[in-house]
Amino acid sequence: MGDYILLFISCIFVNNILLMQYLGNCPFLGTSKKMETAVGMAMAVVFVLTLAGAITWIVEAVLLKPFGFEFLRTVSFILVIASLVQFVELFLKKSVPALYAGLGIFLPLITTNCAVMGVCLINIKEDYTFTQTLVSSFSYAVGFGLALVLFAGVRERILLARVPKPLQDTSIGLVTAGMMSLAFVAFRGMA
Amino acid sequence: MAKSAFQEFKKGLWAEIPPFRLVLGLCPTLAVTKSVDNGVGMGIALTFVLVCSNIVISLLRKVIPKEVRIACFIVVIASFVTVVELVMQAYAYSLFLQLGIFIPLIVVNCIVLGRAEAFASKNGVIASLADGLGIGIGFTLSLTALSIFREVLGEGTFNHVSVFGPSFQPFSFLVEAPGAFVALGLMLCIMNMLGKKK
Repeated sequence: MGDYILLFISCIFVNNILLMQYLGNCPFLGTSKKMETAVGMAMAVVFVLTLAGAITWIVEAVLLKPFGFEFLRTVSFILVIASLVQFVELFLKKSVPALYAGLGIFLPLITTNCAVMGVCLINIKEDYTFTQTLVSSFSYAVGFGLALVLFAGVRERILLARVPKPLQDTSIGLVTAGMMSLAFVAFRGMA
Repeated sequence: MAKSAFQEFKKGLWAEIPPFRLVLGLCPTLAVTKSVDNGVGMGIALTFVLVCSNIVISLLRKVIPKEVRIACFIVVIASFVTVVELVMQAYAYSLFLQLGIFIPLIVVNCIVLGRAEAFASKNGVIASLADGLGIGIGFTLSLTALSIFREVLGEGTFNHVSVFGPSFQPFSFLVEAPGAFVALGLMLCIMNMLGKKK
């Protein structure tokens, strides 16, 4: 049990997917201008990433590894993720319309979110067991959400500040992300 | 109006140079620019994928049904990424290890899918080839510039050869994760300033 808690903490803080592993930066900068969109994206990622992590692990263990098809990993994972996103979208639309209304527009974007694909590949690379995969996918996603929501909060404040013209928008956003990343470096001592 | 192939090629080098003008594909930009050889290697890999997928998608653009086009594009791109992965594993193994999961992640690089959707699915083969080549070379140039900046100041080396001599104290903030964000932010700022003057 202690191992899982350690994995949980280290995936959220020490190896934060956005700020320490540089994955998923496009939605990070794209959806962080408003708090609402940031929260929506964060929830959608937690939901899809946990599912995707589990399913890609099964695909690797059942289909790719026994038959020696590891070279097809990239193709099969991206197909699994793309169809999973489509499926989740349809499922939510039919059965949980309230949740769909909240996540709706963010779901298609997740297919090209490299955080999802990245975490699935990391899980395989680290040789995690199925439970470890579940824990790590979930906690990486929580780390993504945490960083995204925090960053959206900072960015809403930046709108009120006077920023030099060339630095405006994405440029100052990246510098701010750098500062946040500096704060996350401090968690490294915990591992 | 159909522009000439040369114009399509040229716009990738300045007017729409990724990732500065088109803020897409940031993840590899931040992650692999720690050293010059990684930056250039990533750029070349991406250019290859971009050119090949642009050509194939532009050839198939009349065959692919509109409703499932994204899935089709992804399959085409993923196949070329697999090709790059296998070739790199065979001929540039140390680079392959250094770039790690960022090679398979070219599949989800927004630049490649973005060009497929915005350009190759609407234009002819020659124009798409020129577009892919232009954007790819533009991306390689940006990565090279950023990695020179980070490696020379952050490690005091250029392509692993010492530049300033042993007394230089490297500014190691730049090769860490936070430095990547700050360096890219400042590069964007410089690009904005240069853009103003023109």
